Amino acid sequence: MNTQNLSYVRSDMLNAQPAPISTRTVSGWVRTNLLATPKDTVLTLLAVVLLIWALPGILDWLFFNAVWSGSDRSACTTVAQGGIQPEGWKGACWAFVGDRFQQFMFGRYPLDERWRPMLVAALFVVLLVPLLVPKLPRKGLTALLFFVVFPVVAFFLLHGGVLGLEEVETPLWGGLMVTLILSFVGIAVSLPVGILLALGRRSKMPVIRMLCVGFIEIIRGVPLISVLFMANVMLPLFLPTGWTIDNFLRALVGVAIFASAYMAEVIRGGLQAIPKGQTEGSESLGLSYWQTMRLVILPQAIKLVIPGIVNTFIGLFKDTSLVSIIGMFDLLGIVRLNFTDTTWITPVTPITGLIFAGFIFWLFCFGMSRYSAFMERHLDTSHKR
Amino acid sequence: MKKTLLSAAIGAAVLGFASAASAATLDNVKAKGFVQCGVNTGLAGFAAPDSAGNWTGFDVDYCKAVAAAVFGDASKVKYTPTTAQSRFTALQSGEVDLLARNTTWTISRDTSLGLNFRYVNYYDGQGFMIPKSLNVKSALELSGAAVCVQSGTTTELNLADYFKSNNLQYNPVVFEKLEEVNAAYQAGRCDVYTTDQSGLYSLRLSLSNPDDHIILPEIISKEPLGPAVRQGDDQWFDIVTWAGYAMVQAEDFGITQKNLEEMKNSTNPDIRRFLGVEKDTKIGTDLGLTNEWAYNIIKNVGNYGEVFERNIGANTPLKIQRGLNALWSKGGLQYAPPVR
Amino acid sequence: MTDHAVIASTEARTLRSYAYDPKFRGIFYQVLTLLIVLVVGWWIFDNTTENLARSGTASGYGFLRGRAGFDIGQSLIAYTSDSTYGRAIVVGFLNTMLVAILGIFTATVVGFIIGLGRLSRNWLIAKLCTLYVEIFRNIPVLLIIFFWYKGVLDSLPQVRDSIALPFNIFLNNRGLAFPNPIWGEGAWLIPVAFLVGVVATIVVARWARQRQAATGKQFHTIWTGTGLIIGLPILAFLIMGAPLTFDSPIAGRFNMTGGARILPEFVALYVALSLYTASFIAEVIRAGIRGVAKGQSEAAFALGLQPSHTTRLVVVPQAMRIIIPPLTSQYLNLTKNSSLGVAIGFPELFSTTSTTLNQTGQAVEAISIMLTVYLAISIATSIFMNWFNAKMALVER
Repeated sequence: MNTQNLSYVRSDMLNAQPAPISTRTVSGWVRTNLLATPKDTVLTLLAVVLLIWALPGILDWLFFNAVWSGSDRSACTTVAQGGIQPEGWKGACWAFVGDRFQQFMFGRYPLDERWRPMLVAALFVVLLVPLLVPKLPRKGLTALLFFVVFPVVAFFLLHGGVLGLEEVETPLWGGLMVTLILSFVGIAVSLPVGILLALGRRSKMPVIRMLCVGFIEIIRGVPLISVLFMANVMLPLFLPTGWTIDNFLRALVGVAIFASAYMAEVIRGGLQAIPKGQTEGSESLGLSYWQTMRLVILPQAIKLVIPGIVNTFIGLFKDTSLVSIIGMFDLLGIVRLNFTDTTWITPVTPITGLIFAGFIFWLFCFGMSRYSAFMERHLDTSHKR
Repeated sequence: MKKTLLSAAIGAAVLGFASAASAATLDNVKAKGFVQCGVNTGLAGFAAPDSAGNWTGFDVDYCKAVAAAVFGDASKVKYTPTTAQSRFTALQSGEVDLLARNTTWTISRDTSLGLNFRYVNYYDGQGFMIPKSLNVKSALELSGAAVCVQSGTTTELNLADYFKSNNLQYNPVVFEKLEEVNAAYQAGRCDVYTTDQSGLYSLRLSLSNPDDHIILPEIISKEPLGPAVRQGDDQWFDIVTWAGYAMVQAEDFGITQKNLEEMKNSTNPDIRRFLGVEKDTKIGTDLGLTNEWAYNIIKNVGNYGEVFERNIGANTPLKIQRGLNALWSKGGLQYAPPVR
Repeated sequence: MTDHAVIASTEARTLRSYAYDPKFRGIFYQVLTLLIVLVVGWWIFDNTTENLARSGTASGYGFLRGRAGFDIGQSLIAYTSDSTYGRAIVVGFLNTMLVAILGIFTATVVGFIIGLGRLSRNWLIAKLCTLYVEIFRNIPVLLIIFFWYKGVLDSLPQVRDSIALPFNIFLNNRGLAFPNPIWGEGAWLIPVAFLVGVVATIVVARWARQRQAATGKQFHTIWTGTGLIIGLPILAFLIMGAPLTFDSPIAGRFNMTGGARILPEFVALYVALSLYTASFIAEVIRAGIRGVAKGQSEAAFALGLQPSHTTRLVVVPQAMRIIIPPLTSQYLNLTKNSSLGVAIGFPELFSTTSTTLNQTGQAVEAISIMLTVYLAISIATSIFMNWFNAKMALVER
């Protein structure tokens, strides 16, 4: 039989047809995405009305009416309030943020020494980038530098008192610098401690399991502010007379303890998702408990819960703002400190400062969550169909 | 002893650093080389860090006086900023050696909190600040007002008692931090601001238009503010107390930072004893210090009047009159027991 | 090899094998850990008692019966400065619960709407909802609280220029003052009528379900129920001759006097917590609904169910199983975050406890009470949600 004679088999391909007009054009897109049903039409109209009502005011306030330069409160107050703006003026006072920018970044860190935090920040970026880009080699070495060498160097650079560096005591630290230090230490401590706690919670030894469960559940059951308060007010009572612990260190301890408990629960979720066969398989190969965990279970478990880990990091980063309640001047604390500064006291100063601080926090958190999504895709070794 | 050793060993292992075991505060202070002083987190004129981080103020000078008495050097002080919440635990736990933080001396603090007060470096009283525009002349007209007050202070209690005993209504607006109270008053969240009068003068300065606000004449409470130490160490208590009395006594004698050297040659035996130039005097050594202790205080810090005028007096932005804090001989309450 | 050597080597092996015996090692590690924890615990306890004893601080919970002496701005129960410290802490606890319960309710509603909105096929709605989630999820809740507090304070007028709303409601930077209802004689019938309405609705609903199961006929339970629950109390109100008067707020010299008031601190905390938590709940809802296999809704459509029925009867019940556990932890987070009210002076549990701590100096006792209460709230919520979760769980047949 000759297949070429069969008339119902197409012998040459037709050219691709353009998509139907109804989905291709702008109006088609609008019809399918905005006006698909009467209900959708109503919703779209409502949303448009909302936008038209709110957006111009917000943009005006943020940009067009905002004050971008000035040296004191008169730039951002109306004539009646003792300033230069016309009556009824309302807008953001970015001049205030500009004037206090250095303070928001470094707190009361001495002016002449500010190259030190900047150098630390540069080191941080230089070491972080090779860790974050998956293609770059030598992850182990970089991680070692980043998590072990860098904190030591950074501490001595910031605190000083060695190598002829002037000593800068921690009460002078402040601003975004403190927020970043608190989060970095919290992250660096909570990950290993969290892993140990999670392993302890799944341990077969009842005493260890109970201790870990108790620790995790108690810490997770109370607000962070009470943990910080404990660390700030109670810690001196727990120590022998005359021992003093730096206020900054106390906050660090509080934040790290809190983050560890949450991290433990995230990692436990990953551990539970690993089938028992994995443990049994590695045991039958003669691996010890720690080898099994280090080489087989944890790499899989942690990969599974990377989104959760990053979410904990984001939560930790946001939660560091609570140290402003116990009298430390992190980014939020230093912004709030300026609300009562007579040089810049205006009705719009607080809200401008808060929006600025919020934007900085948002930038970091959003960046972390985007990176986490990227890593999730990158690490996904499962077979896609 | 065994217990101390064990706890020290464990402590060192747990936290990775050793420390001095508990001993007499004076020895402790001498060993570490500085006085750890608990001060306010920031109250202009009393204790506040300048932009370079140097602490100045009326209470800060008290810390300096103690350091001068112990070391002959007023710079040997380290400051711990304390909040209304953390001040007492800071002292109880030994984190600070003394608390010079406008703290009111009350019987319950003296007894159940384990603090010791004796010397009062500032006689204060609680007052009210209100915007001029409200046209209020007396605190008795305040019925129905919203009152801003800091929580956890004697002020908060006095406020409740005052309004209750005068049958006045009010809405308390309470914050933990002074800055928040300040901000709320400025934003018009409340009509009246109440705290110690000295605090009101200090806070009025930080308002955008200080002249738009008046401080009402009523003083509704006694607020003797003074340095506090832990109970159970009489020697240290004596040193801290007498450092204060020495400054008052110096003003009484007319000894100032300027005429100090001349006064050393005074023929008045009281003054000679006070400055430690009399041969057989052992007032200083009995305190556990040198005989130049009072001399050192005046040389480094000045007498009470000088300290007052420098930090909060008529020539400072606070413009506080001596009032109750004048010497006893000038109608005030500042009176030092004899130094002999 | 002599017999001696053989015995010796077996003995040696048993000795060494102890070190490799997992059981023995397990016990050893546990005893060691326990010892360390006990010693450190004892060390802390010893230091604390020594510190407190040396400074002569009184201890014990007797202070709870002492007169508090301070006033509290907002209280659900009767409280004056003559009340005890214990009562002050209870006032704080009730305020915490008030914010938590209202916040949980609002956050769930808003979160549900935003979560569904993100899944909407309507491009504009989906984008707006995504914007909402991405903004609120990535900003510290404390900052949002301050934002609302400063926002509320700054944008509202001073008390002398209050915005007068209808029905004698006034809005200013001291809060929202509104007429306080005062119930007169015979008002007891109204809650009774309400209860009767609720019971009747339950009975009708049960009957309707049975009838539908038996005959397939549907009954409009919702309309009947609404009528009963709202109608009966109104009827009772009218029968008793409208026993209701209002105590309206009047502008006094300083403040609005009379009437009831909602404090701006409360509003700021409540709104901020609700909006913040809603962004997390929205994500939980979205994940839950997307977790239901597409085949489920396709099968429902194939059976001829309408989209609304598909959502209500097929998708949501299955999504609930995925949603409940993370939802619980969001509820707990909201409750714990309410402690941030202390930063803006709202008298919740943390705030009143810390004031008590300051007035009495009983740090250890006051903090232990606070921690215990928060733990109790957490544990109670967990137990309830576990029970609820078990009830909703898939019944395997």
